[in-house]
Formats: sequence, C-alpha cells, structure tokens
Amino acid sequence: MEKRNKVPGLRPVSASIVIPQRTARRFYGHGLPKVDPNRLAGRLIVVEGADGSGRSTQIERLMRWLEGAGHATVQVGLKRSTLVSEELDKAQKGNILSRTTLSLFYATDFADQLENSILPALKAGFIVLADRYIYTLMARDLVRGMNAKWLENLYGIALVPDAVFYLKVSPEILVQRNFAKDFSLDYWESGMDLGLSRDMFDSFIKYQGLMAAQFERLQATYGFGIIGGDRSTDEINAELRQKIELVLAKK
Amino acid sequence: MTKTFSELGFPGRLIAVEGLDGSGKSTQIYLLKRWLELQGLKVFFSEWNSSDLVKSATSKGKKRELLSPSTFSLIHATDFADRYERQLVPLLRAGYLVLCDRYIFTAFARDTVRGCPPEWVRGIYNFAALPDLTFFFKADLEVSLNRILEGRPQLKYFEAGMDLHLSNDPYESFRIFQGRILEQYLAMSTEFNFLLMDANQPIEAQQSIVRELIAAKLDLSTFTTEGSHAELNLSEQTSRSTKPVPRTR
Repeated sequence: MEKRNKVPGLRPVSASIVIPQRTARRFYGHGLPKVDPNRLAGRLIVVEGADGSGRSTQIERLMRWLEGAGHATVQVGLKRSTLVSEELDKAQKGNILSRTTLSLFYATDFADQLENSILPALKAGFIVLADRYIYTLMARDLVRGMNAKWLENLYGIALVPDAVFYLKVSPEILVQRNFAKDFSLDYWESGMDLGLSRDMFDSFIKYQGLMAAQFERLQATYGFGIIGGDRSTDEINAELRQKIELVLAKK
Repeated sequence: MTKTFSELGFPGRLIAVEGLDGSGKSTQIYLLKRWLELQGLKVFFSEWNSSDLVKSATSKGKKRELLSPSTFSLIHATDFADRYERQLVPLLRAGYLVLCDRYIFTAFARDTVRGCPPEWVRGIYNFAALPDLTFFFKADLEVSLNRILEGRPQLKYFEAGMDLHLSNDPYESFRIFQGRILEQYLAMSTEFNFLLMDANQPIEAQQSIVRELIAAKLDLSTFTTEGSHAELNLSEQTSRSTKPVPRTR
C-alpha cells in the first residue's frame, strides 16, 4: 500500500466501476476454426513499440490502474508460448533460420498464445493487455522483404483489438534508453541480420528507422493510435488512461 | 505460387509423392531414389516433418496434445519452410533431383480436414513452387487402412485425427479421418496435375511405371554428378536411414 501511494499520477481509487459493454468483434481475416468472436466479452488492448520505448513500464502501470478500477486484467506478450518459445529462443540465438521459417515460427507462437491465453481470458471477461501483437511481427518481416499480402493472410487468424497504441520514439532516443538500461544493444533489435551496417550503432539507428516507417504504413491500414513516446512516463500514461477509459465506456 | 521449378528456370527438378498412410508411397520413392543414385545422378531426399530445429517443438506439441488445427498447420508450415529455404531451393539451384516424401498437398489435405480455411492454408504455402512431377498413390481406402491397422498398432493422437473428435475409438477415428483426407486429395488431383498411380498393384509394377514416366518426362543425363564415378557413391548412398520399413509397429 505504502509503495502504491508513492507512484506518481495515481489517483484516489473510486468505488464505482465501469462495466464494459459488449461490442461486435471480428477477426482480421479467416479467423480461427470454430471460434465465434462475438462470444468474447473482455477487452483486448495492445501496446506496440520498440525495446526502450517504455512499453513494459506503461503496461505495468496500466495493469495496476485497471485492477484498481475493478477490472480483471492479464498481460500477454510475444515469444511466451508453451509450444515453441524455447525453440524460438534457441533458433534466434543461433541465427540459423531463414526468413520465411522464422516468420512462421513466430506466427506459431502467436497462434498458440492467441488460442491458449488471449481468447480464454477474453471469454472470461478479462481485459487483456498485449505487450506487442501482430504489428511488430509484421513490421519486422516487412523490413526483411516479406510479402505484405502473404503476411495479411497469415495473420488473418488474429482478433481485431479494441485499441492499439503505438509508442513512437525516435531512434536516437531509443539508443540512449537502451544504453541507460544495460549499456548494450540487442542483436535483433539492431537488425544486425540485415547487414545494414557492420557498426552496431549505425545498424540500430537505420533499422529502427525502417521499423518506424513500416509501422506508419501499417498504421494507415490498421488505424492504430500513435502515442508520442519521447515524453515523460507520467504524461504518456495519462494519455493512455484517458484513451482506455473511452474504450471501456464505449458501447 | 502457381509455377513449377522448371517453369521458374531452376536447373533442378522436384519430384513429390503423395498419398494416404499405408499407400506404399515411401517404398516407391525409396526405390526411385536407388534407381537414380545407381545411375550416378545428383539426388536428394527430403521427408515431411523432418527439420531438426522444428522437430522438438512439434514432438512436444504432439506428445502433450497442445496443438490446435491452426498451430498444427503453422508448425508444419514452419518445418516445411525450414527445409525449403535451407535445403530444397539451394539444391534445386545446383541442379539436383529432389525427391519429397509428401509436399504441400499433404498440408492442404490435412489442414482442411482439420477445419482450417483452405485459402488460408494455401496462402501460407504460396512461397513454395510446385513440384515438377507429383505422383499420387491411390489405394482403396480399405487397403491402406488395413496395411496400417493390421498389426493393431498404437495409433498416435494426431495421426488418428483424435483431435477432431470423430470417434472415441482411435481405429474408427483413423478410418474416418483417412477417408476425409482421401476426398481432399482427389479433389486436388486435376488442379495440380497429379500422376495417378494404382497403389493396389504389385510394388514392381508400380515402380516400373514410375521409372518409365520419369525417364520420359525428364532428361536424366543433365543431372549427372560432375566428373562422377557412380561406383564411388554406392556405399554412402545405401544409407539405411531413408529406407522405409514396412509398418508393423
């Protein structure tokens, strides 16, 4: 309790709880065999953004805030499936998979979590906070030259979320935040597999620039909210809360 | 993709065999492989669901019955993509004769029977070129079923299609499941130019047709190993790992 009161920007918790109304749901494409999207009562809220965009911090705080407001909430993310996360990790470390293969491996991981975590939680009326969703997977593949139509079909199994927020942070600031965290840049987040530059710093800046461009392209198709991520954690969180309140009140 | 490797200008050729479990296709492709190898040709054999990397995930998924129709489909697509990108395409670029025991049609048939939308499955596999020749081994359903079921083997959960809840009895489930897969295969037969083989015939009769068709449709002399001495290759190619063992588990 003491600790919670120290969190800046936390408002007094009111006793009245907003009950989300059911809205029509759909999948992006063919969907999943035998799943009726309209039987999913909860809310799916996605936060997208690069490593160092403040994604995890924001999700942690949203989670606390939502639970405080009386909503059962769960967090899901990429590469956490029981089915393939271990193998995916191994493959990534060895850098031995070609593009289509890695792409399908990630899609398998996503499908497994969609079916075993996201859908059951939504069915039970939970709010699901997704720490990245298909858009990151698509953007990574698009930067690597995969076909957009192919990806669209592949991820036609995905449920259309109630809201998607993309934390947009300039590559220069991302670099600083990554260094501030552990003085290093991640191989994949720097796009080293693409051979953009042998210099990791340059590669990181270039790669994150390419990712941002793909996110903009995806934004035009999927229409998600862009949140300026160069601001303070409090400011960003306040904007997210305000937008999520609207999503929850929406009929 | 709607083009074959030859239409795409690859120097190599891909030959696929398809058919139900127990149709004898593995025996036929093994004999074909031996015939080609003994002529000193560049041959590579690849089996469905055999990529090392993906295997551990697949077998975990199967053992623990963690797979849904979608993840079953995706994990097999991952396995296929791994073999396709790392082995099949480079070998076909290098002018190999690549023999595949099952190709994308296995996924088209199985995944559709499991309830995945056919367009979704086909869309996923459209990075792959079509085989230059596809042999479809068509045995009477009862014949293939009996070959598998004769020894009352322990049928595996997904192999028997138990995930479809067609029957609580694995044998009955297997029968229904295989029947549906056969329907799917037959429906694709014309579209993908399957060479229909009568799998009720003796092994030798089938193999002689296979060899005649291959000799007629391909110029085998173009697949000779550069400066080859066929004899030198003999010992290493009598590898037992690819030799199919009749299934009496």
